[in-house]
Amino acid sequence: MPNETLAVIDTGSANLASVLGAVRRLGVAVASTRDPDVVRRADRVVLPGVGAFGNVMQRLAGGGLVDATRERVESGRPLLAVCLGLQVLATDSEESPGVAGLGVLRARVCRFPDTVPVPQLGWNLVEPVPGSALVQPGYAYFANAYHLGGAADGWVAAWATHGVRFVAALERGPQLACQFHPELSGAWGAALLRRWMDAC
Amino acid sequence: MLTRRVIPCLDTRDGRVVKGVSFQALRDAGAPAERARRYEEDGADEIVLLDVTATTDRRAHALATVRAVREVLGIPLTVGGGVRTVEDAAALLGAGADKVAVNTAAMQTPDLLTELATRFGQQCITLSVDASARPDGEGWSVVIRAGTEWTDRGAVDWAVEGARLGAGEILLTSVDRDGTLAGYDLALTAAVARAVRVPVVASGGARGADDLVAALRAGADGALAASIFHDGVCSVQDIKQRMAEAGLEVRP
Repeated sequence: MPNETLAVIDTGSANLASVLGAVRRLGVAVASTRDPDVVRRADRVVLPGVGAFGNVMQRLAGGGLVDATRERVESGRPLLAVCLGLQVLATDSEESPGVAGLGVLRARVCRFPDTVPVPQLGWNLVEPVPGSALVQPGYAYFANAYHLGGAADGWVAAWATHGVRFVAALERGPQLACQFHPELSGAWGAALLRRWMDAC
Repeated sequence: MLTRRVIPCLDTRDGRVVKGVSFQALRDAGAPAERARRYEEDGADEIVLLDVTATTDRRAHALATVRAVREVLGIPLTVGGGVRTVEDAAALLGAGADKVAVNTAAMQTPDLLTELATRFGQQCITLSVDASARPDGEGWSVVIRAGTEWTDRGAVDWAVEGARLGAGEILLTSVDRDGTLAGYDLALTAAVARAVRVPVVASGGARGADDLVAALRAGADGALAASIFHDGVCSVQDIKQRMAEAGLEVRP
């Protein structure tokens, strides 16, 4: 895919190298960005995030990236959100009370119950509902203490279970939001990234 | 359901994989990137990279090794050895680590765990606890500086405190068993797994698949081994088959 651009929003998150490496292994040129115009215009955009909900929102706000990222999602143009990247699409999170998310998903982010190890660190079975085009059943790598509280209108969900049934991924055309890390999910994750690229 | 993890460990020094008995007498076992990739293909759930000489040598971790492994590895990578500051951790994460393991520095400055968790998130921070059975048989003591310096701190107590301060995972190594092929210290594994809510990875002493199964049954969320993989004693797939037979959740 010559001349196509893939921009990874630099949310100051620690998994940038893994995301960049996974995309490079697929043979696609990639660069990280903090430029709102690039976030609006790039052919494909990745919104990564690890750390805390409040930190990622603060980082987006500090770079003037809140509006550009929200517009990107609302426009329906190609987007991949990973882990906290998915969570900041929600209205808010129990992790950072009082901090507003991007609010494009009408759902809250909640902590896992006390009955299971938290954070969830490891591979869990992802089960898409019928109608999923991108996500297929399989094991994905998760590293999260919080999860999206419910599915969102207009998005097709995939589910997993850790104490509770939770949203593992949401997809809507060329937009894919994953609670798991496709960049760390081995051959299954690489195939998912490939399908997302091909759908863009 | 969350599956239990099988984690090959690459103990590295000067960009090569080495493995010794109780952290000493290191011998060469090849290039880390090549090994890591081979273990991923064999079904490994994660790779741990520990620079076993970093703490004693007081030198920076080989970031080049992390970059080389990251370039070819599509599963999580935990890196430890000589992590003393937030900047050390940032450099390793920037080079491609997904989690950093801290050990000696956290014992000396427990607030480091909180700083790291605040900056990078709890799920990024592994507390590496090296433990040794007390001579009086009353539990286990924490050992620091690559297994060379005994402390008065109880290992279970320190794991609980570390998780409270911000560690998102405990990498629990029995220095008595490490490299000995005598099996994991199952009593230690069970005691720590019962005491904390964060995941616990058992390490030190695996001689075969049954030992990993036993550690997971004792309550560990993951089991780490080095020699048995490097020496070809058993494959990750051998172990996973045994785990499935034992009724443990496993990623095929």
